Amino acid sequence: MQATTTTAPSPVTAPAATAQAPAAPRPRRWMAPLEPVGPQARWLLGAGFFVVFVAVWAAATLGGFVSPTFLASPMTMLREGWLLFTEFNFLHDIGMTVWRVVGGFLLAAVVAVPLGICMGAWKPIEAFLEPFVSFCRYLPASAFIPLLILWAGIGEAQKLLVIFIGSVFQIILMVAVTVGSARRDLVEAAYTLGAGNRGVVLRVLIPGAAPGIAETLRLVLGWAWTYIIVAELIGSSSGIGHMIVDSQALLNTGQIIFGIIVIGVIGLISDFLFKAVNRRLFAWSTL
Amino acid sequence: MTTMNQLSVRAVSRTFTGPRGQSTQALLPVDFEVRENDFVTILGPSGCGKSTLLRIVGGLDFPSTGQVLLDGQPVLGPGADRGMVFQSYTLFPWLTIEQNIRFGLRERGMPEAQQKERAAYFIAKVGLRGFEQHYPKQLSGGMQQRTAIARALANDPKILLMDEPFGALDNQTRVLMQELLLGIWEAERKTVMFVTHDIDEAIFMANRVAVFSARPGRIKSEIAVDLPHPRHYTIKTSPEFMELKARLTEEIRAESMAADLH
Repeated sequence: MQATTTTAPSPVTAPAATAQAPAAPRPRRWMAPLEPVGPQARWLLGAGFFVVFVAVWAAATLGGFVSPTFLASPMTMLREGWLLFTEFNFLHDIGMTVWRVVGGFLLAAVVAVPLGICMGAWKPIEAFLEPFVSFCRYLPASAFIPLLILWAGIGEAQKLLVIFIGSVFQIILMVAVTVGSARRDLVEAAYTLGAGNRGVVLRVLIPGAAPGIAETLRLVLGWAWTYIIVAELIGSSSGIGHMIVDSQALLNTGQIIFGIIVIGVIGLISDFLFKAVNRRLFAWSTL
Repeated sequence: MTTMNQLSVRAVSRTFTGPRGQSTQALLPVDFEVRENDFVTILGPSGCGKSTLLRIVGGLDFPSTGQVLLDGQPVLGPGADRGMVFQSYTLFPWLTIEQNIRFGLRERGMPEAQQKERAAYFIAKVGLRGFEQHYPKQLSGGMQQRTAIARALANDPKILLMDEPFGALDNQTRVLMQELLLGIWEAERKTVMFVTHDIDEAIFMANRVAVFSARPGRIKSEIAVDLPHPRHYTIKTSPEFMELKARLTEEIRAESMAADLH
């Protein structure tokens, strides 16, 4: 958005006020690459796929093409879902899972963000830690589960640690890259304005990288959700993953699918909230 | 004191080492003096090393030989005593215009009330009143560079270093910015070192033009500009101005042709 010209003390460099002109209906070019889509059409298209997906699923199950033993119909799934909430205290499972994900993720963020900032800002620290962290990043978090059970038992500490291991190295590296790719000219400008090394890190590198760091956290939170279910599949007495394992033993595909959908919905909500908070906090970065 | 050399560049040269160890000489040893309250432009074809010299004075780059003295003290790194305005837009995008201008004052630990007062003064000076709470991306390029000038001036540096600050602006805006800067200089008499490749710009604002040779750079000649102050844009059509322009055009032409052969 350009500055409004009404308050301009000097009209000299103010850009031409194109915003005032009534918007002419612009012809949309059908299927032209990179042509933007309107907000309403975007919403309809996005919702449309869900409808198509459920329709195909319903046709396959209700039409008798797939045995109900292997795949429940949408109706059965909803009924089973209702039962989960009313009979099996599913809210408690959801609460446990959310707590584990958020707890492990916050723990990882508290450790990883400062470390990543240090690595991005100071190259010797990066040279010292980067090879090790890169190595750890490729270790699958789920492979640690047996070891973690050995160390931390099957209680909450083990679940939190799975999330922690799965998230911490990813966050460190991505934050380090974000901070390290700060604009050099802004850093130089800060130095010529009298900033010291500390001032440059605190008041140039960190605020400049903040939107990128927030975006990294949003992404990694999404990944954390995939680890928690694995952690709950083994050695657990509550949580969505635990419910899924129980349902598998009873061949209740309706409950399994309902559990998966609940995870998806919670993920979508948390992602949406995260995005909204980021937009509010870092309004300048989307100007 | 006014006749003293405030800035001395002594036998400063710069050689860059490439990734495979090959070295490129960007700057041959340069000797150069700037008096207090002087306005010097450094004119040269692109890639001639004039920006390198300015960055060395600013402490953002280091000379391979020689040294830079400011008020007799060797320059060892960047500092608030040498304010810099860059060609690229270097306002902090997360700060408002007013906060950008206060940046250096805040780093210095000046009380907030005083920061605000000083920022308001320079915002008025560069004609940005009403835009204090805007973010840089909401302003045009010319307005952003005006903010950058105000930010550098608010810090009260001993010398203002300008690296083609109007290079990315369109021609009309650029001319207006030159008048604005010259007006500020005429009022405040700051020492200014201004790098440009634009001959009109070099003459219009300067008391002295230093012409750079093609790479490897060195100062080929220094030409005094004795046009009276305050200068009005109409001076650009005066015979004196035209004569200087003709002379500098000749000097630069030879260097540009030399640069083109490399």
